[in-house]
Amino acid sequence: MSENNQALIFELSKEGRIGHSLPEMDIEEMDINDLIPTQFQRKENPELPEVSELQIVRHYTALSRRNHGVDSGFYPLGSCTMKYNPKINEDVARYPGFAHLHPYQDETTIQGALELMYKLQRSLEEITGMDQVTLQPAAGAHGEWTGLMLIRAYHEANGDHQRTKVIVPDSAHGTNPASAVVAGFESVTVKSNEQGLVDLDHLRELVGNDTAALMLTNPNTLGLFEEQIVEMAEIIHEAGGKLYYDGANSNAILGITRPGDMGFDVVHLNLHKTFTTPHGGGGPGSGPVGVKQDLVPYLPAPLVQKDGDTYRLDYDIPESIGRVKPYYGNFGINVRAYTYIRTMGPVGLRMVSQFAVLNANYMLRRLEPYFDAPYKQHCKHEFVLSGKRQKKLGVRTLDMAKRLLDFGYHPPTIYFPINVEECMMIEPTETESKETLDEFCDAMIQIAKEVEETPEVVQEAPHNTVIDRLDETTAARKPVLRYQKES
Amino acid sequence: MEKFRYLPMTEKDQQDMLEQIGVDQLEDLFQDIPKDVRFQGDLNIEEALDETKLVKEMTRLANKNRNVKDYPSFLGAGVYEHYIPSVVNHMLLRSEFFTAYTPYQPEISQGELQGIFEFQTMICELTGMDLANSSMYDGPTALAEAAMMSAGQTKKKTILVSKTVHPEARQVLKSSAKGQNLTVVEIDEKDGMTDLSHLETEYNDDTASVIVQYPNFFGHIEDLEAIEKIAHQGKSLFVVSSNPLSLGVLQPPGVYGADVVVGDAQPFGIPTQLGGPHCGYFAVTKKLMRKVPGRLVGQTTDDHGQRGFVLTLQAREQHIRRDKATSNICSNQALNALGASIAMSSIGKQGLKEMATQNVQKSHYAKKQLEQQGIEVVSKQPFFNEFVIRLPKSVKEVNKELLEQGIIGGLDLARFYDDKQHLMLVAVTELRTKEEIDQFALVLGGIK
Repeated sequence: MSENNQALIFELSKEGRIGHSLPEMDIEEMDINDLIPTQFQRKENPELPEVSELQIVRHYTALSRRNHGVDSGFYPLGSCTMKYNPKINEDVARYPGFAHLHPYQDETTIQGALELMYKLQRSLEEITGMDQVTLQPAAGAHGEWTGLMLIRAYHEANGDHQRTKVIVPDSAHGTNPASAVVAGFESVTVKSNEQGLVDLDHLRELVGNDTAALMLTNPNTLGLFEEQIVEMAEIIHEAGGKLYYDGANSNAILGITRPGDMGFDVVHLNLHKTFTTPHGGGGPGSGPVGVKQDLVPYLPAPLVQKDGDTYRLDYDIPESIGRVKPYYGNFGINVRAYTYIRTMGPVGLRMVSQFAVLNANYMLRRLEPYFDAPYKQHCKHEFVLSGKRQKKLGVRTLDMAKRLLDFGYHPPTIYFPINVEECMMIEPTETESKETLDEFCDAMIQIAKEVEETPEVVQEAPHNTVIDRLDETTAARKPVLRYQKES
Repeated sequence: MEKFRYLPMTEKDQQDMLEQIGVDQLEDLFQDIPKDVRFQGDLNIEEALDETKLVKEMTRLANKNRNVKDYPSFLGAGVYEHYIPSVVNHMLLRSEFFTAYTPYQPEISQGELQGIFEFQTMICELTGMDLANSSMYDGPTALAEAAMMSAGQTKKKTILVSKTVHPEARQVLKSSAKGQNLTVVEIDEKDGMTDLSHLETEYNDDTASVIVQYPNFFGHIEDLEAIEKIAHQGKSLFVVSSNPLSLGVLQPPGVYGADVVVGDAQPFGIPTQLGGPHCGYFAVTKKLMRKVPGRLVGQTTDDHGQRGFVLTLQAREQHIRRDKATSNICSNQALNALGASIAMSSIGKQGLKEMATQNVQKSHYAKKQLEQQGIEVVSKQPFFNEFVIRLPKSVKEVNKELLEQGIIGGLDLARFYDDKQHLMLVAVTELRTKEEIDQFALVLGGIK
């Protein structure tokens, strides 16, 4: 292996070093053998590293320098809403009065936390147009599963045990069909038409008395608004099914339209997308679920309720689907989201979506002469391009994505949605300036020219990263999933 | 036009951009939304606050709570207040970590990928297992996923779970089981331990897994050797949920033949924050490698032989396999996994044993002090850092009196177990001082 390898923390370890300052033992110690029978005592210590505090700081600082975040540069990763994560949110979440609460404290000692949760529930209900929100789900996929379990409980309570199918568009996130299966349903795919919208004729063919729900992202993952949403809601409701809103793309609709008004029965939101809580390199997120009145009886307990000036946890939900998460959800994330909502207010939130949509359309129009734009209409907060034209010249979308790394950008989402060939899905978000959008478009246009003139520059990219393209095949064939000390 | 510090759009930008698009006004971009479903007016939510007022309001809310830093707390029950080295927060605030997405582009995500690879290694070391994933939402959902995986692996439909497993974990398990049409059978508890004869009775050909907690919900150390023998009579999987800090002094479940070890890494560097976000972990034996839910980071090389890390074995995951995936999980707790790794690096090999031992010593010191004050200690079994006491009246009333003395008392077990009226689960970590423990015992001793 190369000598340029970034050391693992284990490789810095040296016997006898410490990086901690544990509390002093202020009590008289007893013989451990009298407390824990020897057969239960660990014989060999786990090999955690032995490093000093500065070594830790240098190590993780070095790692951070090998990572790209929104703070490092533009991150137009479609459907992920990589917007600015406000610093004040991080401050607030670390207030001892939020960070150091125990979930089993008496309700009288966590009134501020409950008030925040209650107000967040109310705010999200208003934003989505739903009747009741639960903050329990930990992330988007968890919210999807929770929402589908609610729908299942509803159908079962009506004796509709034959409703076993969940319809999912071919452009949907992979979590939709996966969540449907985990909730005990069969996932059925409805096709998109040439305009990139759900094919209504196909939908009509699919629905029946076995339909439990249609899961829909609107705007969809192509960044297009499902204009026939009202008709779709009618088709599903007439068949006796429920309409599920995947809130992954809510950044396009704040204060502009509401799932509840479009006819949706269940909504989940990804607070780590639309409401600026950080993605954290893959989590933690938070996936609150909102429902219409007829699904309220099945919500997971507890909900936060208000009685006069006091707030309480309400466990009295006899028909509840049960608990989906211990305690009360990802509270620390919910604190950040509420802080953001209070920062923006009703006018600010609407401007968020207006500008997210304006930015996306601007980029689409700047880039469409150079790449294939499969859909001609105005997009919402994101749009897709196809690398078909470039593929004919021997350069794949993957290559162009890797070339973008050389310019200091995180590439768009690629090869998703799966119904667009050589897909690139671009979501600029509202927090980026016109200058940034222009610089990125210039880079994309330069790459399109390189594909024609010097394709090898793109094919061999990236050129400036700390590491070249990695051998993913070997990683999967001969998995090395942990460090082993060389003996 | 109102101005917001997160929105860089100027009026001139707006005009220039609309012109490029070829429309006259912003509204033209929204013509595809049917008029009937357009939202009219302003959302009925609270008005925007400037930063100063925002800080004041959020401080007001925070100060309405009593936090466990100001009030010594004896609460545990799955969530523990521990020493958090200062470096953890400083490193987590490196925004290259917290403002990044899932590391799908490895060339610019090596920091995150390597950090998670190190996390996976540390979890393997602690649990004695072959491999661990990059994290789950929390301990209880990790436990439920383990049950689902066991049903998939064994093609059997019944989950046996001990009543000494965290009650909320069992609740989450039951909700998940409903989705997959699995049967959950709870195994009785006897003297705060899993009733082995009941387990033996319930075990049969349809058992997909046997799930226990170690140390269990009451803090007691279960006899994994005996349980493993029952669990492995047939093809079922042996699943152990474990507080990873306890594994600094206790034999790891891997030694006892566990197939899956799950739990929450919260004791390492993650604040209690009202119960979330924490950090579930999921570790297995090699034979289950391709059944694991969630993301896995693997080591590989680039063209020049330089070591690097990638997300691997993705054919298990929802973004590739859709309805055939091993789980629907997408977002996990990556940042908290990183925080836990930093804390584990800081605490280190010797420190882990020392910290775990401090928990054993201080909790047993508390037990002794309480006994001296005439409090009945119900726990007769060996325990790690939690134990059960009996009080002369309801725990709710006692906790109220403790709070008046500035102490947050332990968990009221009647909350989850009808037959445990007047029983309190007391947790004592390394953070509790002699003075705080003595005071706690003194106040409790004075309650009649």
